[in-house]
Amino acid sequence: MMHWLNMGGYWPFVWPCYLLSAATIALNVYFARRDFAAALREARRRVQSRGSSS
Amino acid sequence: MSWAWFHRFASPPYFYRLAGAMLPWLAWGAALTGVAGLIGGLGLAPADYQQGEGYRIIFVHVPAAVLSTTAYAVMAAAAGIGLIWRMNVAHAVAASCASIGAWFTALALATGSLWGRPMWGTYWEWDPRLTSELVLLFLYLGYLGLRGAVDDTSRADRASAVLALVGVVNLPIIHYSVDWWNSLHQGHTLLKLGKPSMPPAMLIPLLLMMLAFLLFFGAIVLTRARGQILRRERNARWIGEVVGAAAK
Amino acid sequence: MSETSPNSVSAGRAGWLLIQRDLRLAVRRPGEWLQPLVFFFVVTLLFPLATDPQLSRLRDIAPIALWVAALLSCLLALELLFREDGQDGSLEQLAVSGLPLSWLLLAKCSVHWLLTGLPLVLAGPLVASALGAPYPAIPGILAALLIGSIALSLIGAVGAGLTLGLRRGGVLLALLVLPLAVPVLIFGARATALAIDLEPMSAPMYLLASIAVLAATLAPIAAAAAVRISLE
Repeated sequence: MMHWLNMGGYWPFVWPCYLLSAATIALNVYFARRDFAAALREARRRVQSRGSSS
Repeated sequence: MSWAWFHRFASPPYFYRLAGAMLPWLAWGAALTGVAGLIGGLGLAPADYQQGEGYRIIFVHVPAAVLSTTAYAVMAAAAGIGLIWRMNVAHAVAASCASIGAWFTALALATGSLWGRPMWGTYWEWDPRLTSELVLLFLYLGYLGLRGAVDDTSRADRASAVLALVGVVNLPIIHYSVDWWNSLHQGHTLLKLGKPSMPPAMLIPLLLMMLAFLLFFGAIVLTRARGQILRRERNARWIGEVVGAAAK
Repeated sequence: MSETSPNSVSAGRAGWLLIQRDLRLAVRRPGEWLQPLVFFFVVTLLFPLATDPQLSRLRDIAPIALWVAALLSCLLALELLFREDGQDGSLEQLAVSGLPLSWLLLAKCSVHWLLTGLPLVLAGPLVASALGAPYPAIPGILAALLIGSIALSLIGAVGAGLTLGLRRGGVLLALLVLPLAVPVLIFGARATALAIDLEPMSAPMYLLASIAVLAATLAPIAAAAAVRISLE
């Protein structure tokens, strides 16, 4: 297990790469979902205001 | 006739629903192939003859690099379709590709640099692949900059479409010129593990990771594209039905 | 532009009239059109100032100085390509004239290159000699700058069309054009370096020329599309 974490001595390079990849994936998921949620909220608001004014 | 399906995609409500239906498949597919690839890459694959355990960076670096160029190609294709057929949906897809593409490019640069440090001794050695990735990053930033600078959505769509098409024509030229430049000055090349000579134990996790990144890319693009379409189709009737119904 | 209806003027004649008009307008404001050239000299001056100015050392950085300065001057000069005509509506007239816009823009680009690119080409050998290049290298330096500056002008025209009328368009223009100009820089600088070392430079020159030809065919079309989009 320790040998695996050590990555043959390359651990300060290998693990940051995987962490960066994980962070990239996580951040993009977060931002994409947040963007979609915001667009959905705005669309709901528009539909409702249109519905109430007609 | 056979163009019917093409024009069906152009319909915003159809695309919105189809994308929504595909999303869980893409997301789960990405997760599963990713886990399988990681198990294979970090666990099962043997150490490399030259680079020891350090080569395992390849399992994230190469997928990121491949996706960075694929994303640009998809972006340019969607932009071209949007420009020629005046398709709002296509422009929405193109706009959705830019930011994830730029992220992948940055990730490819960062992982490439980290890979280079133990192999070359420095964090940067003007390797042709990394140099091309750097130029690609600037192409993405230029695209995003142009989109941001133009207020009118329609003009932003079409101007950035022209830019994306010019960029995609230029990409192979840039790549070739950087390779040529690198060969002149005997620079270092990062990737010595050629694909044909890669044993299956290494190749399969690599392909799985590339597939995982690709599915992930698809999921992100479709999510963003749906959001774009909701914003662009401001007062269309179908929005009311879709939005009043469920959260997804 | 002229009182005759568009159909009575052929594209060739229109192009020639446009060239004459642009030249006449430019001659009225020589200062503006000389600025890129002055900028070119100023930038190349910075290189020896930033290092030990021994001619043997400067010879090595001469290609760098020439091409970086040429690129930056070209970017600056691009402001002059469409700005005036975009503002006063002449560009719009060209777009709706019924004549092929890509052809008309090619005419505009050629005048623009004549006034901003050609001076750089002619100034190049002067600057190169000041940076230690040997006399026999001059034809090679001229050739590389000639082809390269044409390619840069054409590629830049697309960027100028895309950023027409945008606030802070200049910085964005640089960000858009510079990555696309990388191949020209690589081949042009290499050709110039070989010329200065008095070695055969045909390989990069062929590559540079093919880029220029590609640019000459595709850039006017892309620039026309960009201009139309920007004018709407």
